[in-house]
Parts: sequence; C-alpha cells; structure tokens
Amino acid sequence: MNKLIVSLSPHVHGSDSVKKNMYGVCLALLPAMLASFYFFGLGAAVVMLSSVAACVFFEWAITKFILKQQRLTILDGSAVLTGMLLAFNLPSNLPIWIIVLGALFAIGVGKMTFGGLGQNIFNPALAGRVFLLISFPVQMTTWPVSGDLDYIDVTTGATPLSIMQKAILEKNPSVLNDLPSSIDMLIGQTGGSLGEVSALLLLLGCIFMLCKKIITWHIPVSIIATVFVFAGLLHLANPIYANPLQVIFSGGLMLGACFMATDYVTSPMSHKGQLIYGVCIGLLTVIIRNWGAYPEGMSFAIIIMNAFTPLINTYCKPTRFGEIVKKEAAK
Amino acid sequence: MNNIKVFLNGLIKENPTFVLLLGMCPTLGTTSSAINGMSMGLATMAVLVFSNLIIALIKNLIPDMVRIPCYIVVIASLVTILQMLIKAYAPAVDAALGLFIPLIVVNCIILGRAEAFAAKNGAIPSIFDGLGIGLGFTWALTLLGACREFLGTGKVFGLTCFPEEYGALLFVLAPGAFIVLGYLIAVFNKLKKA
Amino acid sequence: MKKLESTLPNMVIVLTLIAVVAGLALGYVNSITAGPIEEIKKQQLADGIKAVLNADELQVAEPQTRDNGAVIYYTDKGTAVQTTDPNGFGGKLTVLVGFNEEGLIQGYRVLETAETPGLGAKAGEWFQKGQKGDIIGKQAGNLTVSKDGGEVDAITASTITSRAFLRCVNAAYAALSEAKTDAQTGATTQIDN
Repeated sequence: MNKLIVSLSPHVHGSDSVKKNMYGVCLALLPAMLASFYFFGLGAAVVMLSSVAACVFFEWAITKFILKQQRLTILDGSAVLTGMLLAFNLPSNLPIWIIVLGALFAIGVGKMTFGGLGQNIFNPALAGRVFLLISFPVQMTTWPVSGDLDYIDVTTGATPLSIMQKAILEKNPSVLNDLPSSIDMLIGQTGGSLGEVSALLLLLGCIFMLCKKIITWHIPVSIIATVFVFAGLLHLANPIYANPLQVIFSGGLMLGACFMATDYVTSPMSHKGQLIYGVCIGLLTVIIRNWGAYPEGMSFAIIIMNAFTPLINTYCKPTRFGEIVKKEAAK
Repeated sequence: MNNIKVFLNGLIKENPTFVLLLGMCPTLGTTSSAINGMSMGLATMAVLVFSNLIIALIKNLIPDMVRIPCYIVVIASLVTILQMLIKAYAPAVDAALGLFIPLIVVNCIILGRAEAFAAKNGAIPSIFDGLGIGLGFTWALTLLGACREFLGTGKVFGLTCFPEEYGALLFVLAPGAFIVLGYLIAVFNKLKKA
Repeated sequence: MKKLESTLPNMVIVLTLIAVVAGLALGYVNSITAGPIEEIKKQQLADGIKAVLNADELQVAEPQTRDNGAVIYYTDKGTAVQTTDPNGFGGKLTVLVGFNEEGLIQGYRVLETAETPGLGAKAGEWFQKGQKGDIIGKQAGNLTVSKDGGEVDAITASTITSRAFLRCVNAAYAALSEAKTDAQTGATTQIDN
C-alpha cells in the first residue's frame, strides 16, 4: 500500500543517508587509526577493537532487550563510529574492562537514554571519554610513550599538554623546551591517546570529509582559528604560554575539531550557529587547558557547547525556502 | 486512619525527591554515600516535624501578611538549634554534612509543607505529614546515596561489595548525583505506572 | 480561635514575639552546647597532633605562629608544624607534620586540600608509612620527588600535588629550625644584657 504524499516543493532527492555518512567518517579516520597502530603497536589495536566491539554489542543489546525494538540499528555505522572515536580518546595501555565500561556509558547513558541516534544531546563518544576521565583519572592520564609497542608494560611519560600546564603552574617558560617540535607533533611522534598522535593524518581525513561534503568547513576552521589566535595572544603576552602552533597540534584538538565537534546530531544546524559554536569551543578549550584542573580541555569544551546547541539553534534558525524575513514583525 | 493516609502520602505519592523534586540542593550535595544521605534525611525530618508542629500550633496567632517571615524565623531557629546539637554531640556527622546543615533552612520542602499543610491542618496531622514527607525524603536520599556509593566505591553503608579500584569515581562526584537521580526518577515513574 | 487580622500593631507584635522566643531558645541551646563544641575542637586538634607524632598522651604548649604562616605546636613528645602551600594542583594545600627531637618526620596529616579526587587527593595516604611514597622517618629540609632527582616517589599522575606536598613538609622543617635559632639567639642576647 503506497500512499501518495503531496508535499511542498522543492522536490530534490539527496543521496545522503545516515549509513553513507557514518561510514564516510569511519573511512576518514582510517589513516589516523593505522598511524596509531604503528606508533603504539598492539595496545592500540586491542583498545580499538574492544571499544568498537563493545559499542556495537551494547547498541544491539539495549535496542533488543531494554527498548524491545525490532529495528536493527547497529548496521547504520553510528555505533561503529562511536566506538572508533572513543578508542581515539583513550591511552593505548587501558585495561579492557575500563574500555567496556566507557562503551556502556557512551552508548547506554550518552545515546540510548535519550532515545538513540538523532535524539542524543551529547556526543556519545565524548560522554564516554569524560566519564572515564573523571572516574579513572589515574589510568586515563598515564600515557604510554609513542614507539613503545607493548600492551601491558609500557613506559609512560609526560604528554606535550602536561608539559604546557607545568610551565604555567611553575611560571617558568624554560619548561617548554621539553616540548617536541611542531613538526614532530604534526607527524605524530608524541605520547598521548590514540588520536593524539598524528595531527597530519587527522587533517587529511578532515579534508577527505570536506571533499565528500560529509561536513562543512565552518566548525573545524572556526575552532582551530580561535585556538590559534587566543593561544597566540597569550604566548605574545607571556612566554610561559606555549607557542600557538604547538598548541593546535597537541592533544585531541585536531580530532575534536574535525571529528567530534562536527557530529551532526549535537552541533548547530545553520552555518552562523556553527561558527558561534566553533568559536566558543576554541575559547573554552584554551581556558580549560591553561587554567583548568585537567590538562586537556577539548572534550569538556565540546560537551559544554553540545549542551548549548539547542539554544544556538533557536537563535540561528536557517530561513526556510521562500520565506521572507518580516521586517515589520521584528520591530 | 486519616493520619496514616497523610503519613503514607509523603512516602510514595508525594515523595519530595522523586515526585515533587523539592530540596534538590541537599539531595545532590550530600548523597555521596548511603550513610551521608540517611543522616541528611533524618536531620531534615527532625526539622520538618518540629516546624510543622510549631506552625500548626501558632497558625492562628500569625497575621496572613507576615506569615512567611514568621515561618522562616521558626525554621531557621530550629535548624540552628539542630546544628549546634550536632556540632556538640555528633562531630562525625558534622564533618560529613557540616556545610549542608544550615542549608536545611532554604530547603523548599520545609517551607512548602508549612505553607501547604501545617498552616491548614491541626497539630497531630501536621506531625504525621512531617514524618511522612521526612521519611520519604530520607529513604530517597539513602537509596540515592547507596547507589552512588556502590557504583563509585564498591561499598554500601561501608560494606565492601567489590574492590574499590573498580569503582567509577564519577558517581561519587557531583555529575554522578545528577545521572543517578535521573535514572532513579525514571525507575520510580515506571514502577508507579505498573 | 479566630485568625488574627493583618493590622500593623498585630503584625509588629507577633513578629517581635516570635523573634524574642526564637532568640531565647537559641541562646539557651547555645549555652548548653558551647562547652562541648569547644571541647571537640580542642580534641580534634589534639588528635591531629597525636596522630602525626604517634603518641597516645602528650602535653601541648601554647602554639607559636611564624611570619610565613607556619604554626608550631611544641609538645613533650616532639613538635608538630602546620604549613600551607598555595600552589597545589587545585589551590591551597595545608599539612600538619610531626617531627621528633632530631627533626625526623614522625607522621603527617593533610588538613585542607582541593586536589583532584582520585589523583592528587590521594596525598593523605600516599606518603604514609609503608605506602609507595613513604616519607616517615626521613630527614626533611630538601625532600624532592624522584622526577626532580629526589628520593620520594610522586603520586601516580600527580607530580604537581606531590611537589606542593613536599614543599609544605620542607617549609615545616625550615620553620622549625628557624624557630630554634631564634630561640638560641634570643637566649644569647639575654646573657649579653
């Protein structure tokens, strides 16, 4: 029984689908994923695999046994993507039971509680990461050194971000000399979470997504530009703040700006809204990194702005096709 | 009979935490463990019973236009007395809840019950209302505290259920209070419907 | 009984009456509890000093406050010093440290902290006897974490808290030895006169 539905023009069919876009993002993440395997070895593969498997499992189990829906949502790729992004936010020596808890929180609390894909307020992968960071701070902040390929007994070391924060706390700019050079940080020779290794490959993935029109430039560019300008001003004012180039290549900034903040569900719809959202994320990130209790502020900044997204949407509604802005009414 | 109904009303049907959503500040702030939640609940109940009783007794002496200041003076005095007693005779409770005891004054449950119940009913039903609402608050806070303590540290009332290093610290901290409270309200609504 | 009308005299009288009754009640309870509260405060301080000096019974002399804010409690079983470092990871860190006659650390207690839960907040146990960062029995003065070439293991992932903590301990020792020198020079001046 096909019912003919008459709707308003224009009748344009886009070939976009949830599935296509989700797997497009996964594809864009592949090079960075391979790089993390190369730099962190077996551990990275274990973390990646268990995170994706756990996310898909919980999505399946919750839809089937708790929501009792017939619809199978695990094939649309969103759970796989959440799993990959979550893994990118974890250190490579994390025990598997912690990863499973993170996946349960990401899918169960971050996504399914709100009603599944499209209803969630917060980016599920980030919800999972922030949950783990606050719950298991020791395991989440001891990062293996890049190049040490073991899973269990890895050497741990300071990340560029902890060096930057130390310089500010001790008010001593010479601490910053311990930082790897901007080039090393761009290619990925630094300690940190899986996704903190290679800014370059993440940028490549981002360019791929831009070309495929999976995302638009507004969010990533506004975040990175804001961080660069704000960090640059601080650096000029006082040398205890790190060089802005090192700031934008360090930590989860690239990953966050290109892959996490651009999540469709949790970012504003209009371009103007996206710019406001991006600038605020950039400002919050620098503030939290420099003066907050945790060295990385990217995930907190995105989560905070996720909460503001409905408000931004209310004030930056895109004009409907054919709609004339009523000047009289505005007055 | 009627008094029993009034008493039961506060436990489930008008539970201050899960249904009325009153007094959220102590609910979220003090429930980091079951015992803390229970102490806060009992302290609030003590104030509530006495404030209900006193207000029910003097309600006819109070002119309508100044009733709120009068209620507040009564409640604030009771809370201050309670705080001094706790400081003097239960220093352990004081260490855990010290900051939150003075905040019982601004707990909307107490003024709310004074205004909604004690000012319209006699002394005896008012005591039962205070007991019912107070106990409703206490069990809700104890349950919330127990869940948070269990998830966060693997203990319930200090008894170890699983090793502490497997506990998710988030649940002991403030965000955990919001998350657990949300789920408890969901479960409560589900059970009430069934 | 009929409800009182809201006339001005009525309102003034009732408010005054309630305030007076409440004030009397508060005053009465305060007079009963003031004593026990004072006792408990003293008890808590004494417990802290006893804990850091490992003593069951001791006599505390009048506390002495130094210029840098350190408070020294002399007792017959050693000395307890309270110091504060403003540069912990989350802000102020206040520690009470106990020293014996030779200036070796007998024990410590973290009195006030705003460190990150699960990380820096572990300072209360980390440096105790038998724990990983054991400082008991060590000579204070220039204790540093192993990262800075010292002999104390820092709390995992909380080097900044560990540094602030050791600064407190060292400052406590410095205050103590300064107080000693002051006392000696004070004594010499007296002889000179």
